[in-house]
Amino acid sequence: MEIFDLTIHELHEKLKAKEVSSVEATRAMLDRIEAVDGQVNAYITVTPEQALVEAEAADKRIAAGDIAPLTGIPVGLKDIFITKGIRTTCGSRILENFVPPYDGTAVAKLKEQGAVIVGKLNQDEFAMGSSNESSYFGPVKNPWNLECTPGGSSGGSAAAIAARTATATLGTDTGGSIRQPASHCSCVGLKPTYGRVSRYGVIAYASSLDQVGPLTRDVTDAALLLGAVAGHDPKDSTSVNTPVPDYVAGLATGVKGLKIGLPKQYFIEGLDPDVKRAMDEAIALYKSLGAEMREVSLPHTEYAVATYYLIATAEASSNLARYDGVRFGHRAEDARGLKEMFAKTRAEGFGSEVKRRIMLGTYALSSGYYDAYYVKAQKVRTLIMQDFLNAFNEVDVLLTPIAPTPPFKIGEKLADPLQMYLSDIFTIPVNLAGTCGISIPAGFSAAGLPIGLQLIGKPFGEATILSTAYAFEKETQWHLKKAPL
Amino acid sequence: MKYQVVIGLEVHTQLTTNTKIFCGCSTRFGAEPNSQTCPVCLGFPGALPVLNKQVVENAIRAGLATNCSITQRNVFARKNYFYPDLPKGYQISQFDLPICQHGHLDIEVDGETKRIGITRIHMEEDAGKLVHADIPGVDDSCVDLNRACTPLLEIVSEPDMRSPDEAIAYLKKLHQIVMYLGICDGNLEEGSFRCDANVSLMPVGSTVFGTRAELKNINSFKFIKQAIEYEIERQAEILDDGGKVIQETRLFDPNTGTTRSMRGKEEAHDYRYFPDPDLVPVLIPDQWIEDVRATLPELPEAKRARYVAELGLPEYDAEVLVSSRELAQYYEETVARFPQAKTVSNWVMGEVSRALNEDNNRSITDCPVTPALLADMLKLMEKGTISGKIAKTVFDEMYKTGKAPEKIVEEKGLVQVSDTGAIEAMVDEVLNNNPAQVEQYRGGKETVFGFFVGQVMRASKGKANPAVVNELLLKKLKG
Repeated sequence: MEIFDLTIHELHEKLKAKEVSSVEATRAMLDRIEAVDGQVNAYITVTPEQALVEAEAADKRIAAGDIAPLTGIPVGLKDIFITKGIRTTCGSRILENFVPPYDGTAVAKLKEQGAVIVGKLNQDEFAMGSSNESSYFGPVKNPWNLECTPGGSSGGSAAAIAARTATATLGTDTGGSIRQPASHCSCVGLKPTYGRVSRYGVIAYASSLDQVGPLTRDVTDAALLLGAVAGHDPKDSTSVNTPVPDYVAGLATGVKGLKIGLPKQYFIEGLDPDVKRAMDEAIALYKSLGAEMREVSLPHTEYAVATYYLIATAEASSNLARYDGVRFGHRAEDARGLKEMFAKTRAEGFGSEVKRRIMLGTYALSSGYYDAYYVKAQKVRTLIMQDFLNAFNEVDVLLTPIAPTPPFKIGEKLADPLQMYLSDIFTIPVNLAGTCGISIPAGFSAAGLPIGLQLIGKPFGEATILSTAYAFEKETQWHLKKAPL
Repeated sequence: MKYQVVIGLEVHTQLTTNTKIFCGCSTRFGAEPNSQTCPVCLGFPGALPVLNKQVVENAIRAGLATNCSITQRNVFARKNYFYPDLPKGYQISQFDLPICQHGHLDIEVDGETKRIGITRIHMEEDAGKLVHADIPGVDDSCVDLNRACTPLLEIVSEPDMRSPDEAIAYLKKLHQIVMYLGICDGNLEEGSFRCDANVSLMPVGSTVFGTRAELKNINSFKFIKQAIEYEIERQAEILDDGGKVIQETRLFDPNTGTTRSMRGKEEAHDYRYFPDPDLVPVLIPDQWIEDVRATLPELPEAKRARYVAELGLPEYDAEVLVSSRELAQYYEETVARFPQAKTVSNWVMGEVSRALNEDNNRSITDCPVTPALLADMLKLMEKGTISGKIAKTVFDEMYKTGKAPEKIVEEKGLVQVSDTGAIEAMVDEVLNNNPAQVEQYRGGKETVFGFFVGQVMRASKGKANPAVVNELLLKKLKG
């Protein structure tokens, strides 16, 4: 087994036993990136010099007997995370050459532990997309089939795990952007409860929905990485001040007697037969492990996608106003006057998906339409939240598919944005409700493409979905399969 | 036709917090451009606002002092528009749930009291400023974001004012209150207290308001009055000619005393307000409001009433003394040491104010004659150690040197002479040297008496106790 194949906890043991150094692990990872990223395009920026300096520092720390779970581990960050001194593009031309002057909180926490940042990962522009085709830096290819998309918007973060070009990565999830690509790339992706992880230093797409989370090779790593970045942050008013449990310690709780809910609105006609089969197998496995299955209802599910596209685009239209060419990022040349400078800068800097969503959001907030669209969407959002809370009065966890289909071909849905928007139909409600969800590898289609399984937990129920996921992982081999690269 | 003017005012007060409303940067005025900035107030990607608690507290203070009800669940909204000095592309403000609502202030104009409604007070951040610099080789405009994200309260009145004088009375009152509360430095020139005026005309007797013009960002009481007066004339002319006033935003030009159009309604912004998802609602429990209420200072109106009722001061004195919190404090500290309210008032309104005025309008807080010194001097006067006349000399000396009055009296030998023997000798001398005047007096010309007093005082170099002098002179002349 190569160093780049290892999980965080496996590499941690080797670093601790001094069987391998962080510099060796980092070199191996950088070599691997060099060897295969040309095919995958998961990285926008690779930072070899800086990574090796950090690796050396980690080795010194380890030699001094000071080793945290992430010390010396090569990680990649979605390019939405603000990194001091490292170019941060958010997948957009408008930030093509933007080098931030500060680190965000999640990044600072990783650095405190001594993690080694090997680079910044490709993503849909400003996290807007379900296929990673909207990046200014070109589409990411799915390591399981280079003709397919890896999903989005954290497509680079998921593909890097599958391509084994990062031991672990951080992504963000606004409507499924961690879970859906994790599913498409056969890795573990966790979207924590809104407020669990600080958003300070994460470029905002839709502030009330965005949440930071880990993408990893297995459930233990997800627990480790979440534990490292979770917690209250005085720099983020929306981060919640509740204690962070030891997620790893709680993994082996088992599922005996656990009540798992199956929302009937998620098991509908038209679900891809391969996905349906994987779900049936998972349900059977959980039953055999002693979990109790119950059908539950989330009656407002059908409104989730529409609600999401009103709230997310409304917030995005405002969040993206700061990209005006005045203080940083791209500025159009030869513009005459201020208004023209704003307009040209944004026309040149943003791609078509971003423009589409800014226009949608601007419309939804404009006077005369605000009540009909934005206010109504907020009301529906409350109903969707209530659906989940009602369901959690009956069950501990919900089990659902992640995506209606296995990964699709690059370009397949580009001409039909509405069809593309529907690919997040099973993940979006979790963001609207603000609760947590995890995607774990649950099988492969007849064509050999990954299929993920979603477990949804109560607000701040990360420990429960992690232990539920862990029980499944222990009994299956899906997470051990390697993409053919 | 005769018109009635209708005026409503929006006042922006910059709060005197040490740090900005959503980040920890300093709010000090006049620093090197962009030296007081951070990712948050620069609107950098990924940065998030965190509310400064002091701002909420100051807003509650303002609300309580203007008889408002305090909103207990507060929401911040985004006001979206593009401008180069607005870093995020939106201003964080309050929209449908402002922190204070439904208040009022009572003003007095020409002896009549009138109640002006306060619609709302809300918290918001300021924008930066554009510097159209006169720098050789630089054609571009520069942006200074030191002011971006400094805390403001916007205080919006009802359109209750019916004359420029009422508008100014309201503004001065509001200015006085925020200064008393210590939440704003009140500096109009630096823009800490600035005003937009909505002005419209309607025929006298009508109850339907005319179309209004909004006059933007005027930074002195004088200019506000001029701007409103000009608007009244301008709009009256339009209406007299059968025209229609258009709703627009106008700028006042202090050089010409006129207003000119800045933007019309057709360019009006759609600000697309919505609740800021980066800030959680601010909940204000009853206890917080009561805690703030307990720390409110006595406000000018209450102070004035108390001066009249408890200290027996005339209305006029009370009004002058409460005009600023610092002056009132100086007065009260002096009275605490020398409880003759009217005497102290005379000195504070007289000598103290005169000396400060002559000294480049020096602030009362810098007055070299502290309340303690002034009280000590008044005590010397009361004991008869010095006369009222000498007191003025002593005061001037204290103002110059800051020395204690006893010391000045001692050093300069200013002690009043009340010793009957010494004064009697001087009286005798004066009478002996001026026999002609003595004749006149005894012949019935009593006005000569003042001449004798003057001579004795001169002989004593002003130190003789005038009462004793009077008494002895009368005795000798009549006897």
